[in-house]
Parts: sequence; structure tokens; C-alpha cells
Amino acid sequence: MSSDQPFITDESQVVTETRDARMTGQGDRFNSRLREAFGSSPFILTKFDKFLNWCRGSSMFMLQFGIACCSIEMMHTYAVKHDLDRFGSGVPRASPRQADVMIVPGTIVSKFAPRMKRVYDQMPEPKFVVGMGSCTISGGPFQEGYNVIKGAEEVIPIDIHVPGCPPRPEALVYGVVKLQERVANGEAAPVTVKPYELEEFSDLERDELVDKLTDQIDDDELVMRYNFADSP
Amino acid sequence: MSLERPDTVDDGAVERTPDELEALLGDLVVDRDDHLNAPGFVIRPDTVQETLSILKQQAGYDHLSVVSAQEYENRYESIYHLKKYDDPTQEVSVVVPADKDNPVSETAEPVFRTADWHEREAYDLIGVEYEGHPDLRRILLPETWQGHPLSMDYDKDRPQIATLPEHANPLEEHHKDAESDTMFLNIGPHHPATHGVLHLKTVLDGEQVVDVEPDIGYLHRSEEQMAQSGTYRHQIMPYPDRWDYISAGLLNEWAYARAAEDLADIEVPEYAQVIRTMGAEMCRIAAHMLALATFALDINGDFTATFMYAINDRERVQNLLEDLTGQRLMFNYFRLGGVVWDLPEPREEFFSKTRDFLDHLPESVEEYHNLITSNEIFQMRTIDTGILPPEVAKNYGATGPVARGSGVDYDLRRDDPYGYYDELDWDVVTEEGCDNFSRLLVRMREVEESAKIIEQCVDLLEDWPEDERNIQANVPRTLRPDDDTEIYRAVEGAKGELGIYIRADGTDKPARFKIRSPCFSNLQTLPEMANGEYIPDVIAALGSLDVVLGEVDR
Repeated sequence: MSSDQPFITDESQVVTETRDARMTGQGDRFNSRLREAFGSSPFILTKFDKFLNWCRGSSMFMLQFGIACCSIEMMHTYAVKHDLDRFGSGVPRASPRQADVMIVPGTIVSKFAPRMKRVYDQMPEPKFVVGMGSCTISGGPFQEGYNVIKGAEEVIPIDIHVPGCPPRPEALVYGVVKLQERVANGEAAPVTVKPYELEEFSDLERDELVDKLTDQIDDDELVMRYNFADSP
Repeated sequence: MSLERPDTVDDGAVERTPDELEALLGDLVVDRDDHLNAPGFVIRPDTVQETLSILKQQAGYDHLSVVSAQEYENRYESIYHLKKYDDPTQEVSVVVPADKDNPVSETAEPVFRTADWHEREAYDLIGVEYEGHPDLRRILLPETWQGHPLSMDYDKDRPQIATLPEHANPLEEHHKDAESDTMFLNIGPHHPATHGVLHLKTVLDGEQVVDVEPDIGYLHRSEEQMAQSGTYRHQIMPYPDRWDYISAGLLNEWAYARAAEDLADIEVPEYAQVIRTMGAEMCRIAAHMLALATFALDINGDFTATFMYAINDRERVQNLLEDLTGQRLMFNYFRLGGVVWDLPEPREEFFSKTRDFLDHLPESVEEYHNLITSNEIFQMRTIDTGILPPEVAKNYGATGPVARGSGVDYDLRRDDPYGYYDELDWDVVTEEGCDNFSRLLVRMREVEESAKIIEQCVDLLEDWPEDERNIQANVPRTLRPDDDTEIYRAVEGAKGELGIYIRADGTDKPARFKIRSPCFSNLQTLPEMANGEYIPDVIAALGSLDVVLGEVDR
């Protein structure tokens, strides 16, 4: 572009120059291997859904969510050496409203389950969950505990389970990459049984326990009821 | 703050025999119930404050380690484990039985501020009620929980309801005090600055904190019940790794190992003690590195350079620990009477790797000093904020780097020696600043002391004669400590005094297993440091306390 016309660009000229450069090999920096595969055509033909799924799988924003021991290994996964960012999924977001993926790294106990459900509900769709460690599968080593929820799947649906106590960072990386693959392929999250729901206290079925607590809990307060005897 | 009157305070160093103590307490003592670690005086439930204040003010027992409560067939019992900050080998237990049908006992809160949370926990899990307690609510379980889970008739299959109190609009009427014009703010339980699942109920006046109340229990994994349902020999050892999970595994394992070994009278071979000492100090380095990393995160924000640097150094020490134990985080390496296996072969390679790490360490510590401690902005944020005076720290039972950052010279590795520490040349680090900066400095200098210890251990292990490498004492296949023996033993964990109280009942499982978590007591000091400060200083103070919620809630 000439100096006497600083702010005006001849679009047709730019397009022509770019195409010429591409064909003669002058603008090497535009020429990726993908570019070569497509030839000189700047267009590709695909299904919109497929394209969107590919985008989703290639850039996942993780929720910065630490619960227990596994969160230490999760931090290592984000940090140097393991560097989850290499796979396009290493941006931890502090707010659930900015995140697509939630890694559940630890034991869920009775006091925390309603909060975790709330955080999950705050994430925008489409959202995915990676369960990290044995505790999120079954309660792990603490399964017998009086206060422990026997697996995160009793509260929220989980797409990928990474076993281990705790899983090594490599295992978590593998789990996340598997999730990305599934998302890119458009595979849907499994439908899971969720026995523990957040509901208003007045919606609970009346029984001895509910009667006993009516003085303590307001009718419109959100509660989660645990039937430990029915847990797996 | 302190109830101590200078004219009546005895010299803490004077050691009294159990009989002298009994004479001092006079009629207050109704019976004796000695524990393996200390004389135990049984008192009436309405004389708790009187007894404890005599012991505190006239005999110098100024450290209430823990209150452990339990239920027997015919009574409830609360035990106050007291020691001295000057000499933690001088211990005394005050045993307070309470009526089976109406378990009421006087609170110790006016004498020892730390009893506040400990008694709330005892009420929550066991069901003992403390008369005169300022705020006797559940602390670990949801407030709507039914029953006391560690009491005898508890049915763990009964249904329970937990509430989600709405984190409502802070300007709503009931959060607002019309006269003072304050605002209520929830921090956590899911928040990057709370280091896990801690919930801070904060009341603000403008930008200043009027009142902050830590709300814990979001990671209460029933650790004590898990330990009580495992056998001594092998089934308990994996759990300590998961209390303070910031790689401090071996330090925690040592707490259980020490208590159980003293209970069952097991002598650990010297060679195993050296390996234990070396491994434990590696854990301390890893734990302090993470404390440093997350503290820098809290001050500087976001995933930044210091965090990556410190994680890098953690990876190095974790590699060593993995070579030694076979695991990165949950080591399960100690056994009662020793360790599970010897150093990895070839030994020379392990030693040279360890030495490489130690050689590299001064350089990285220097780098941290360049990055953080000499950074002016960092200094402005941390120096003279989060002040914790030494008397307050003692009153709350603070230990570890938190106490040492307030100039309290208390380190169980030196004062109540175990392992191989008393044979080695190292120093206890203290700082007099009492602020966030001092606590960080203590941790950074402790890393250097740990490196000194590791280096000496490596020297020792290198020269250890091959035919004397005994890693494990003879331990019976099934351990059944004598009926009705009780012990409280503590070690210096990464965060402070990590103690275990065990009552044996003649079976192969403990009848009561109580964990004295340093973070639980340390976290209790947060309101003292935070009230009147700005919100960012609260975050800095919390970061400098370096709490691990797995250990706070257990």
C-alpha cells in the first residue's frame, strides 16, 4: 500500500496478492500442512455441528475447583512439567460461569454436596465433568464414612472417571484428552441416576425426619436429602 | 486477652512430679487415671475451669493440645491434654467424666481460648454438652444433622438432610445491620483463595473486616471413624497420608507410627529412623514449597511465575520421594516398627539424585527471595498485616510455622525428640515479626534447615554398614495393646503439632482414635488476625496460615 493513502486499502489488491503469494510459495508463514491438504481453496465443507464440536473439544475452559487430595495432583497437572495447556484445556477459570469442564477432585461429603450441585448448576451448557480419583467413583477409601457421599455421580452426571488415589497427573491428562475426543466426536454425556437432588424443603415427602426438622428449616430453603441406606 | 496474672505465674521450666501436681490441685482431684504419656487427674465436671486455671497459672501448663471426648458404656469422658510450650515433655491429662444420661460438663473456653472449637467438635461428634460455652453449635457436620456419629448408638444408615443456605443478596435486610451499616460477604466454600473448601462468613464495614467466622466441615471425611474401624498393624497407616495431603504424608504417618509404637512398646531400628527422618524432611520441603506457591498466588493473583517455580521444585522432591516410596503423594511407606522397604537400588544413584536436589536448592531459595521476599509490593502486602501476638497464639494452641512466626520457640523435633533428630545438627527457626511476612520467612528458612537434615541423613546412610541395615523391628502379626491403655503422642508435622490420642481396649482396633490437627487450632486464630483489617489482608492472613482442609476437617 502506498504512503500517500495511509488509511485506504484496496481490498481486491490484497486478496490478489495473498492468493499469488500462496500459489508461488512466497508467504510461507500462511502455509500450514492443513493448508496444503486443502489446496488453494480457502473453503472447506463440513457439518456445522461437527465443526462446533471440534471447536468445543479443542478449547476447554476448566473450572478451578479444589476439594481434597486430588486437587494437589490437579494443580500439578496444570503447572509446569505436565502442562495440561498443551492439549488446549489448561485455562483454569475461577468462576463456574466461565467454565465448560469441571474436574471433581476429591471426596464429597454431606455438607459439600449441595454446594457442588450449585456450582455445577451455575456452569453454562454444554458442560462436562471429569471425576478424578476413587472418591468420586464410589467414596473410595472413605466409603464407609458416616458423612461421605458414595461417589460424585449421586449428585451430578459424570462423563469421564479417572481412577486412582490419587491419579497421577498423566492419568488426569489422559482422562481430559479422552473427554476432548468424545466432545469432538459429539458423543453425549451418559444419563445417570441422581438420587440426591437439591429441592425445596416443603417438597420433601413428609416423614419422621422432615417433621423433626420443620422448626429448624424454612419451607423454601433448598435442601438435599441423603438416604444412606439406599446408597450403593 | 490472656487470663494470666503475672504475679501468680510460675516458672514454666519447673518440673513437678505427678504427686506434687496432685497436691497442688488438692480436693479437685477425685481419682487418678494415668495415661502412658502423662499423669491423668479425674475431676468433677463442674470444676473444669478451676482445675485448668490452677494448672495454667500456677504450674505453667500453658498449652491445651487437644480435647478428646469419648463415650463409654457407663459414662462420657472429655480429656484435656495439657503441656508446656517451654517443655512439651511435661504433660498432664485432665479427665472429666460426664453423666451417661445427661452428659454436661463445664466449658474450658474462658481459660484456654482454643477449647472453643475443640469442645464444639466434641459436642458435634460425641454429644458431650459444655455448660457455659459461648457458641455450642455443630462445627463439622451440617447443623441439621441427626445424632452424634462417634457415640455408641449411632446408626449410620439413617437418612439425613443438609441445607444449602442461599448465598443471598448481601444487601438484603437480614444481612444488614441498620445502625452500623455493615455488609455480609460469603467467601467460599468454592473460592480459589480459600485453599480448598473453607467458608468464611465475613462482615464488612466498607472495605474493612468487622468480623470473620470460618465455617468448616466441607471435607469432614470421618477420618477418626475410619481409623477406629481399622486394625493397628496395616489398616490405619494409609489414612494419615490423606489428612494433610500437601505431600506431608510421611510426617503424618509418623504421628500414627509414633503413637502406636509407644502404645505397643515397639522399638524402631536406628537405620529405619534415619530413613524416616530423611523422608519426612523431604515431605516438609514439598509441603512448604506449596505453601509458598499458593501464598504467592494469593498475593500476586492468578497462576504466575512464583507458583510455577515452586511447583517445579516440588516436582523435583516428589521424584525423590517416588523413588523412595513408590508413590507421588500417598506414600504409605511407614510400618509400625520401621519402613516398608529399604532405599531404592542402585543406592548410589538415589544418593546422587538427592545431592543434586540439595545442591540446586540454595539457588532456588535465592530465586524465591528475589521474586517475593525482596519485592516491595509483596512486602507492603505482608509486613505488619495479620498480626498474631505470641500470647494470643499460645492461647489458641497455635503451633508450627504459625507459632514460630510469632516468636514462640516450639518445635517438637527438638523439644520432644523422636526419630534421629536429636543426633543431627540443625536449628529451630523463629521470627519475631508476628505478621504474614514472618510466617512466610519461617517456612522458607525451614526449607533450608530441612535440606541440612537430609544432607546429614544421606551421609549417614551412605556409610551405614551393609549387614546392619535393619529396616523393620519384629512386630507381632496382630497387635493387641493392653485393655484401657491410653496415649497421646505428637510429632512436628508440616503445619505444627500433629498428635494422636489412642485408647486401646484389648482388641486389634483402637477404641478411640483422636487426631489433633495443627491446622484446626491454627485456623482458629484467623479472626484475631483479620478483624479490623482490609479484605485483601484477610486473604493474605489465611494464605500465611497455610491450612489444609483435609486436616482441619479430618
